Amino acid sequence: MKRPPIFGLMAEFESPTELLLASRKAYAEGYRRLDAYSPFPIEEVGEAIGHHHSRVPLVVLVGGLLGGIGGYLMQYWISALNYPINVGGRPLNSWPAFIVVTFEMTILGGALFAVFGMLALNRLPMPYHPVFNVERFAFASKDRFFLCIQANDPRFDRAQTEKFLQSLNPKQVSEVPH
Amino acid sequence: MSNPQDTRTGKAPVLAPGHTFATVTDKISAIVLSRRTTLGWVVGFGVGLLLTMLLLAAVSYLLVKGVGIWGIDIPVAWGFAIVNFVWWIGIGHAGTLISAILLLLNQPWRNSINRFAEAMTLFAVMCAGMFPLLHLGRPWLFYWLFPYPNTMQVWPQFRSPLVWDVFAVSTYFTVSFLFWFVGLIPDLGTLRDRAHSRLARGAYGFLAMGWRGSARHWKNYESAYLLLAGLATPLVVSVHTVVSFDFAISIVPGWHTTIFPPYFVAGAIYSGFAMVLVIAIPIRKFYSLGDMITMRHLENCAKIMLVTGLIVAYGYLMEHFMAWYRSDEFDAFMVHNRMHGPYAPLYWALIVTNILVPQALWSRRVRQNVGALFGVSIIVLIGMWLERFIIVVTSLHRDFLTSSWGMYYPTKWDWFTFVGTIGFFAMAMYLFIRFLPMISIFEMRTLLPEAEVEAEAK
Repeated sequence: MKRPPIFGLMAEFESPTELLLASRKAYAEGYRRLDAYSPFPIEEVGEAIGHHHSRVPLVVLVGGLLGGIGGYLMQYWISALNYPINVGGRPLNSWPAFIVVTFEMTILGGALFAVFGMLALNRLPMPYHPVFNVERFAFASKDRFFLCIQANDPRFDRAQTEKFLQSLNPKQVSEVPH
Repeated sequence: MSNPQDTRTGKAPVLAPGHTFATVTDKISAIVLSRRTTLGWVVGFGVGLLLTMLLLAAVSYLLVKGVGIWGIDIPVAWGFAIVNFVWWIGIGHAGTLISAILLLLNQPWRNSINRFAEAMTLFAVMCAGMFPLLHLGRPWLFYWLFPYPNTMQVWPQFRSPLVWDVFAVSTYFTVSFLFWFVGLIPDLGTLRDRAHSRLARGAYGFLAMGWRGSARHWKNYESAYLLLAGLATPLVVSVHTVVSFDFAISIVPGWHTTIFPPYFVAGAIYSGFAMVLVIAIPIRKFYSLGDMITMRHLENCAKIMLVTGLIVAYGYLMEHFMAWYRSDEFDAFMVHNRMHGPYAPLYWALIVTNILVPQALWSRRVRQNVGALFGVSIIVLIGMWLERFIIVVTSLHRDFLTSSWGMYYPTKWDWFTFVGTIGFFAMAMYLFIRFLPMISIFEMRTLLPEAEVEAEAK
């Protein structure tokens, strides 16, 4: 596919409600390659642009299970197989004594997967992204809300999309260069 | 106080009215980006730095001479190192409680105190971690604590609470750090976009990793943040439980008791909230943050101190009850020795500082008096330190055989190391409030009325 001449078009809004209504309309209009930017999480906006489920919980479950099972097997292998110490004939696989380390490893595995999984799913670190080319975008981390429709959306049309964005009553519509 | 009252509940609000997204952002980021470094900061940081140098000197001398420079000996081989370890790690617990448990309990008042409380946790755990390592005797071999394939063909003993402790504390530090850093990412993005100098923009931009506040990102972010809170909640309870196992698994009278885990966790939160107040009260005053850290926060912290302090008092009561109920002469002697033995003055000081003085927090007038709260918090910190001293020293110094009794006196090197870690803690906190946003900016934005999506859009 040929690279479009620009990254997309971006509309600026002043309140979370405006952003939410705009996101819903854009999605209803058929745009799918779009993203909304806000200075704090707004649950409904993610839903409005069609991002319903996060895969982070699954990643954390896998991390926790790997940590826990790995932690127990490590202790079992060390204490019962590789380096058995017989203390008064007590069982080598003394599972009650292994609970604490197994628990800690579960938490550690889950937490590491949560953080690095979240970063990976968000494709971070990403030092460069076209949206930063818009000067006003610096306010996305302060008090402004942005909706960006990307040029690689099948329904994207430079003039039509701009007209559509203007109809949402934004503060400003700007072009996002690559 | 000058804060307006919430009309419905009659309590001070969580965030004073009149703020907008822009004012919240500007006020917090300006502390880092444009405010000039004050003389007070330089003096405070300088004192912390000097004491950190003292710590380095004490540790260097320890590495040369060995643990013999400390007051420890048989029968009291644990001494200050373990007293300070337990004290510091307990202080850290309040940070995780505020950031994780109060998040799960949906308590919005945590939003303005969680960031610096988490930083406090990190620095307190660093201070705590130094002590057992230095106490090893040969600290440069500390990595032997971890299970790694080695040419000696030996492995750690996983049935020992001391090994559990290594896992608990290192996991606690790692998870606390991750939680703190994840919370910082959006605010680092804000600082990157606000910074004027190239250096600051580059540094904050590097740390923000390209965060741009995308709705898709926020979704994953929120999910990860909540799950981290869910993981940190059992973790924080487990850490001091495991620390108490170091004592409770042994057969020493005064240690071998099942009340230790809950009583240690309550004591940890107790001292932690005292430290939160000791930090919050000056920050609030010197950085004029009374509109964000309101009387509501200070009162809530005081109430949590009161509750956990009562649990600790219950723990003391049960120790005495069990010593009587068990009819074991060594247990009975241990309690008698605490009250009337050579360390009795410290024991009674403990009762006064940890149990009696904090009862003042029942009074609303005390809870709303910033100076009084600061004073009570300092007294509680001293009290909790005395508690750790009493638990470690009085249980060990007179055990089963009269012939092996002894006394423990800390040396100046013990004191230098302890005071040095307080200096390190202060220095780290000063650096933190100068270079990173000490209040979570994006979470403060969510507290504003304008952050609500209007009803017709729902």
